[in-house]
Amino acid sequence: MNLRPIDAEKLTSWEPVILPRISDLHKIDVYRVNGGYEALKKALAMKPEDVTDEVKKSGLRGRGGACFPTGLKWTFMPKQSKKTKYLCVNGDESEPGTFKDRQIFEFNPHLLIEGTLIACYAMGITTAYIYIRGEYSKWITMVQTALDDAYAQGYVGQNILGTTFSINIYLHKGAGAYICGEESSLMNSIEGQRGYPRVKPPFPAQFGVWGCPTTINNVETISNVPVIMQNGWEWYSKIGYVKQPGPILVGVSGHVNNPGVFEMPTGEPLLEVIYKWVGGVPNNKAIKAVIPGGSSTMILRGDQLEGIRMDADSLKAAGSSIGTAGLIVMDEDTDLIKVIARIAQFYYHESCGQCTPCREGTGWMFKILKRFENYQARMEDLDVLMDVANNIEGNTICALGDAAAWPVQAMLKRFRDEFEKRVYASQPRIAVG
Amino acid sequence: MLNETNLKKLEELRKRYPTSQSLVLPVLWMVQEQEGYISEDSMKYVAVLLEVPFSHILGVVTFYTMLHDKKVGKHHIEVCTNVSCMLRGSAKILEHLEQRLNIKAGEVSPDKKWSLEEVECMGACGNAPMVAIGEEFYENLTLEKLDKLIDSLQ
Repeated sequence: MNLRPIDAEKLTSWEPVILPRISDLHKIDVYRVNGGYEALKKALAMKPEDVTDEVKKSGLRGRGGACFPTGLKWTFMPKQSKKTKYLCVNGDESEPGTFKDRQIFEFNPHLLIEGTLIACYAMGITTAYIYIRGEYSKWITMVQTALDDAYAQGYVGQNILGTTFSINIYLHKGAGAYICGEESSLMNSIEGQRGYPRVKPPFPAQFGVWGCPTTINNVETISNVPVIMQNGWEWYSKIGYVKQPGPILVGVSGHVNNPGVFEMPTGEPLLEVIYKWVGGVPNNKAIKAVIPGGSSTMILRGDQLEGIRMDADSLKAAGSSIGTAGLIVMDEDTDLIKVIARIAQFYYHESCGQCTPCREGTGWMFKILKRFENYQARMEDLDVLMDVANNIEGNTICALGDAAAWPVQAMLKRFRDEFEKRVYASQPRIAVG
Repeated sequence: MLNETNLKKLEELRKRYPTSQSLVLPVLWMVQEQEGYISEDSMKYVAVLLEVPFSHILGVVTFYTMLHDKKVGKHHIEVCTNVSCMLRGSAKILEHLEQRLNIKAGEVSPDKKWSLEEVECMGACGNAPMVAIGEEFYENLTLEKLDKLIDSLQ
């Protein structure tokens, strides 16, 4: 467990650019007055490949969890294509502990629209879909309002800003399925199907939505694009951690004093985030565990957080991952068995049912963990649980199987004592036969 | 089955997608907003309207958790019980609602006024615990706030 007093040292100074502190920024006039759509003008004056190059050189890596270099992804799109090319912006945001895109929809929707426009220009795309989870109905309306305004003022539509560039942006409302945040199921969902992930290859850049070349980028990733265009790749590449530069939206929830979304440079020390950015743990309790990047990322022990930073490489070295930077903090009194049982329940509910290891395995994991939660588990169950998790990982079409297995594996490895205590506290078994 | 406004909307939506199957979700949303749920008859209607097999529509409706194939209450209350909300007391919120409304999660009250559903992460982790009623989120809940909210919906 980690116990550290709150010190008054100043935190890393960062003037937010994705979620700047400007009131009414969601209104197009306010957005324009504050330099909005200037990045688009700048981009439209450049060659599309130079725009891609700028993004490539900036070092921007996807913010949806995979951390794939965005500029490189864009180059996978065929330059010449007989088929229509599409951009899908992923705003499905359903990973427990993640609530960052919602802030963009609410406070800076034009940044998202501007980023979408620039991305489409760079890749020669004329139709983009922004896929937003159905639960965010209210936020869909907000983005739609912003989009209508952008259409009305000629930033979206035909011959944008007097150029030959024309594009349509449509919002597509999800209907409650975590799996639709996986890029290939997102495309299937747009096609009006169940959100079943597809086998890759073929990759979306060759065979995406309706079989056409498609790029899928996260909402936060796309929102970084205008910032890069505006300030230049050199400026951007110097923010935060050198191999994954830029501002990142870290959503902190759980046992902290000021939960919320905070924009900070990548590579902030995890403990600084908890103790300085969000004001520490209520009642100054010790931290028992931290989930650093949303429920699918591996849990970290509270006493092993020293030196870990909020970037992809540091968290990977610590045996976890940055995921969607949805940080969940748990204090010393947390029942971790309950936590992992709840996480397992989530993956059991959200498994699409296509692959047997995931469909069956998530259910088994959930049931075994419920046994632990209800003080009915046996010591053998520990091995069974690990075995089931190991047999899901890597054996499914998409990463949901892995996402279900990782938290269980990590919890068993890092908090085995919790499980053992539970068994000892359980009812003695009645011998049968 | 779709009203005039929605039929007009549908014609607009058709321009957005290259296939009519892509309209399945938008149309099912319209049906649900209009009727409150998606009955088997509605599904058959959508199948004909979009020239997609009925089995496909049924598959979609049953796949997505937000699409209801049964009637829900006048006030459909969704309680998130996932990790971030759990850590901040969602169990008490759910328990309180079950007692006060005298229904369990997943049930509809006999007078059809209330229905309660335990849902997965709604993306309100920073303002946990929360409930959603319709498209409105009620966040940073306490039992007192919750009671006031329910009173206001009486």
